[in-house]
Amino acid sequence: MISERLMEIILDSFWQILLPGLAVTIPLTAVSFFFAMIIAVITAMVQFAKIPVLRHIARFYIWVARGTPLLVQLFVVFYGLPDLGIILEPIPAAVIVFSLNEGAYCAETVRASLEAVPAGQMEAGRCVGMSYLQVMGRIVLPQAMRIAFPSLSNSLIAMVKDTSLASNITVTEMFMETQRIASRYTEFLPLYIEVGLIYLLFCTVLTKVQHVVEKRLSTYGGKGG
Amino acid sequence: MLEIRGLKKSFGSLEVLRGIDLTVNKGDVVAILGSSGSGKTTLLRCLNFLEASDEGTMVFDGETFQMAQMRKKDVARLRAKTAFVFQDYNLFLNKTALQNVTEGLIVARRMPKDQAVELGRRMLAKVGLSDREGHYPSQLSGGQQQRVAIARALATDPEIIYFDEPTSALDPELTGEVLSVMRNLAEEGRTMLVVTHEMGFARHVSNRVVFMAEGDVVESGASQDVFDHPQQERTRAFLRNIYQAGVPAD
Repeated sequence: MISERLMEIILDSFWQILLPGLAVTIPLTAVSFFFAMIIAVITAMVQFAKIPVLRHIARFYIWVARGTPLLVQLFVVFYGLPDLGIILEPIPAAVIVFSLNEGAYCAETVRASLEAVPAGQMEAGRCVGMSYLQVMGRIVLPQAMRIAFPSLSNSLIAMVKDTSLASNITVTEMFMETQRIASRYTEFLPLYIEVGLIYLLFCTVLTKVQHVVEKRLSTYGGKGG
Repeated sequence: MLEIRGLKKSFGSLEVLRGIDLTVNKGDVVAILGSSGSGKTTLLRCLNFLEASDEGTMVFDGETFQMAQMRKKDVARLRAKTAFVFQDYNLFLNKTALQNVTEGLIVARRMPKDQAVELGRRMLAKVGLSDREGHYPSQLSGGQQQRVAIARALATDPEIIYFDEPTSALDPELTGEVLSVMRNLAEEGRTMLVVTHEMGFARHVSNRVVFMAEGDVVESGASQDVFDHPQQERTRAFLRNIYQAGVPAD
């Protein structure tokens, strides 16, 4: 059923698609997620510690970032900001938008996890003489991140797929490359299925990694530890 | 050593402490008794500033503090001289037994690590848990966790240790091991302020008893006097109820 020509296109394009996957999709995801985590932890801690003013700024940021479409955010930053004289290259623009968008979702995960750590942990830390930040960094946050890990892995996996939206702001990532190949050969179904399978492959690897890491992550002597 | 005058604390419209006076001398083991809701735990938490007080004066080692307006620096300084043992242990769940003891020494007091570990091991030995130093709290029984918590409290060599119902979360059979550790501390001359429901401990280990009801100190004095010759009707009623409930006084 699959003609020789089609087979050839699929095999040839596999590497052509995988290459921007390895060179763009994965680094874009990794870098954006790294910044997203920094944003998330800071935003979550600001709220958890109920720091005046900053916590309201944090709430406002989360409200906007979660309440507007990722695609709209990409367009505002890449096509909109130049009106204000702010011109960004496609990849930096994508990193900024993905970091801020993902940071807002992850902030909520981290905040909920901080709240899930018993309040007595902080009290006990203060009573042995540690400062708020010392207890936060050494006792509360590590426990919260352990709690947050499965949800954060979820967010990371979602982000791998969301990076395909960067094709809309001229980032030549996997999906953009596939679109080009598909129109060159005017073969759409097989190539879009192919790129879908490559995303699936990436996410499968990440899911496996998540499971392995989750098992190895110390549960401090509890179940699975 | 520790003197409290007119300590008041309200949660909203609920007055939990209505002007507590309390004196603890060096080497005292003071048991605070009273029914649930009498404000015992809140009192202890106010003394270590885990709760902010509304009013009251604290004299600690001759230094006077207004408890409603504590400076962060003073809170840190006072906490460095005290230790707190919680009802539900509150061991650091992500740290081993030994790390629980050394964490405060290394991080807060900047003690060199090997020195802290050595001290930590000595403290664990003291509470009979040398063989559990690598265990996480989740791998220890309640009684063992509370003994680690006591070792953690002792490690900083505090001038006074506050105990908040240290055995209330424990099975009766585990209560004994914790009480015997506390008895040893009392015999060493440690100054302790213990909120407890253990009448045997209050009567025989503590030298002074404070009986609280509805946010007030109703009666206080030498343990034997309060148990054998309670002056106040409310104290008598409390002790009567306890004996009728079948909790032995000795």
